[in-house]
Amino acid sequence: MNEALLRVSGVSKHFGGFTALADVSVEITRGERFGLIGPNGSGKTTLINCISGSLRNDGGSIVFDGEEISGLAAYQRTRRGIARSFQVPRPFSSMPVFENLVVPLEYVVHRGSLHKADTHREALEILRQIGLADKAETPSNQLTQVELRKLELARAMAARPRLLISDEAMAGLSSSEVDEILKILFQLNEAGITIIMIEHIMHAVMRFSQRVMCLDAGKIICEGTPAETVANPDVQRAYLGA
Amino acid sequence: MFSLELLLEAILFGVLLGCFYAAVSIGLSVAFGLLDVPHIAHPAVMVLGAYCTFVLGRLGWDPILAGIALMPVFFLLGMAIYRFYYETFEKRGTDAGVRGLAFFFGLTLIIEVGLILAFGVDQRMVEADYIGKSLKIGDMRIPMRLLVAFGVAVTLTAALTFYLSRTFTGRAIKAVAQDEPALRLMGANPVRIKQRAFGIATGVTALAGAMLIIVGPVDPSLDRVYIGRTFAVVVLAGLGSMTGTVAAGLILGISESIVLTLFGASWAPAVSFGLLLIVLGLRPQGLFGR
Amino acid sequence: MKRNGAGFWIGAAVAVGLAALAAFTVKNEYVFFAGYLVLMSIVLATAWNILGGYAGYVNFGTPAFFGLGAYTSVVLIQSIGAPLAVQILAAAVMSGLLGLGAGLMTLRLRGIFFAIATVALVVIFETLFINWRYTGGATGVQLLRPPPLPPFESYTKMLFVVMTVLVVVAVAIARWIQTSWIGRGLRAIRDSEEAAECSGVPTLKLKVLACTVSGALMGAAGAPMPMYLQFVEPASTFNLNYGIAALASPMIGGTAHWLGPVIGATLLSSLQQIVTVTISNEMNVLVVGVLLVVFVVAAPDGILGLFKKLKRAK
Repeated sequence: MNEALLRVSGVSKHFGGFTALADVSVEITRGERFGLIGPNGSGKTTLINCISGSLRNDGGSIVFDGEEISGLAAYQRTRRGIARSFQVPRPFSSMPVFENLVVPLEYVVHRGSLHKADTHREALEILRQIGLADKAETPSNQLTQVELRKLELARAMAARPRLLISDEAMAGLSSSEVDEILKILFQLNEAGITIIMIEHIMHAVMRFSQRVMCLDAGKIICEGTPAETVANPDVQRAYLGA
Repeated sequence: MFSLELLLEAILFGVLLGCFYAAVSIGLSVAFGLLDVPHIAHPAVMVLGAYCTFVLGRLGWDPILAGIALMPVFFLLGMAIYRFYYETFEKRGTDAGVRGLAFFFGLTLIIEVGLILAFGVDQRMVEADYIGKSLKIGDMRIPMRLLVAFGVAVTLTAALTFYLSRTFTGRAIKAVAQDEPALRLMGANPVRIKQRAFGIATGVTALAGAMLIIVGPVDPSLDRVYIGRTFAVVVLAGLGSMTGTVAAGLILGISESIVLTLFGASWAPAVSFGLLLIVLGLRPQGLFGR
Repeated sequence: MKRNGAGFWIGAAVAVGLAALAAFTVKNEYVFFAGYLVLMSIVLATAWNILGGYAGYVNFGTPAFFGLGAYTSVVLIQSIGAPLAVQILAAAVMSGLLGLGAGLMTLRLRGIFFAIATVALVVIFETLFINWRYTGGATGVQLLRPPPLPPFESYTKMLFVVMTVLVVVAVAIARWIQTSWIGRGLRAIRDSEEAAECSGVPTLKLKVLACTVSGALMGAAGAPMPMYLQFVEPASTFNLNYGIAALASPMIGGTAHWLGPVIGATLLSSLQQIVTVTISNEMNVLVVGVLLVVFVVAAPDGILGLFKKLKRAK
């Protein structure tokens, strides 16, 4: 029986006179693969920022695993099990690749019991999973775009989240690279992690998601199975008209 | 103790002073408020402008004319500074904040010491018909030079506000502050626009420097108290708001004037910085912030 | 750079030992007078670097913390004739509290707002102490030195050794922070604060911690100043020039490692003293300004960074 892991109710966000999100409500069930689509500027990243805590929502409530989290700082939400990757990768550029992962390992997973040797090994394991093991000691400001995207995901994974939000991790990648990332996301989901995926690459979203939601100008215009969403005339208008 | 008359005089003084503060802060409002450049050297550039006015004044120039003549020179100077800042810091990304700030701090020091070496630490003044005379309104005496500065300040603020909202380049400057990618898509080059904006901000600062030496004598360390005043105005106004700059300037001017009247000169320098801390602590986005 | 813990502490003991030895063998007082200033600069630079270098939050307010430490000493000396050790501890507590308060108020904001707020602190404190009669107001206050603690025969030499101990304490704290998980969190904040926050780093708490520790060390460095000069007044105590050196030294030496501020401050402070004595005080500020700009533009990782590049090139 699947209860809601994340319940977003009536969330809105304004920037001055501009409304980025208007009364958005959605429920994500435990273990679900959820896709979030919408044209540029529709509010997808804003919604993610409100869920992860980078922004505070102006109205409505966000309940994660039965707890209201709207008032919590981002780091507190991460410690409760929400992790996200950034659309434009933000590596800890002064650190080598593996150390990027040590940060969430130390600050989320192993708070209160730090044994240095473990974190290095754990970081290497995650890197192996994602295919970056040979770059472990490389300074993270020397990675290629694909590698940076993978590092973003790896760092989010290192926080051992229950909900992982992937923000356009595949933008600009080649077809085989997209498949690589998709495979990793499927693996994570099989291990029990609920995943919200924001993507523009339609075939990836459709293959991955069990449910898809489409935003336009801050409002939900459609929510349903991939097939339903693609067929929805409002969705088509939003993408072609925008 | 104080009388109502003294209070009124203080307020009037404060209004004139406030408009002056608003005008000298406008350059910073553009450079920092709109362009996000950590331009802590702005007051130092203004003092540099004051000294250039002094030099021209010794050659017989009227200070206001000198200030206007210096504007194109400072415009070019500003463009050069921004170009250098952009190439060295903004392009390189993450570390830019700390290093950019340190760079402008170093620039402040260099300008300050350069002025000391060139002109010594003594105060310098400039002469003109309107300096030294006062206007009588009822029982109050208002220094003419303050009225002149007020007039120039109002004209300058109005002109810049008009430029930013009515001309194409001006609107592009405001646009680049809000949405750089959109501007790029429209075919405009954001770096060029920012460079021009910084140049304008610096050009305006030349005239601000002229006003500075009209209002009172200058010495090379004057930039330090003006760091407080200009940043207090810009932060209180809210980054990027031109009308806010006027309102904030008035608030600062009147506060300073009242403190000066009630508590004396030894407390006055702290007013701007105290106001700044209060704003940062309570409402960091200022009155009209983005 | 992996440094053996034992190696560090042996080096520290040697440094203090050498300082004490010098105090008993070298006759020239001026060496200690000038040396004290160099050591004090090292403490200030190291303290600055904890927040400025590790976390990336530039602090122009060193004179505020330093000056508050000095005036805490003045108040303690005048009221209860407190011994030096008490002065230093009290100064550290007062300036630490200032760091805590100022940090909580302003570290939520972007870096530049914090920087401007620190300038504001300096001016406000200077104004406060100018107007406080008890500590002498604007004209300041003269102080008599008590006899130096045995076995020292000269108060200046004693202060020299005390400052050496403070250097060891400051560097030890900086080193511990740098190599610990706290240091990693600070570096994450410096690299990308938003990503750090989303990786579980409590950014505000860490920044405030760094600001508190930094402030406390600066206060401790300021505590012996009244006894050193035997005279304190607000204008020179809250002089922005202390802030300049504290900021420039790590930028020149290197901000990523505790050695950077040590190297930078030693070089810069010595250079400053030479220039002040041989040319002029203004030239000294110019030299700092020029060096700061040159290093920030051309060698962003400081002298330590240049060494690393040379090593790699070989």
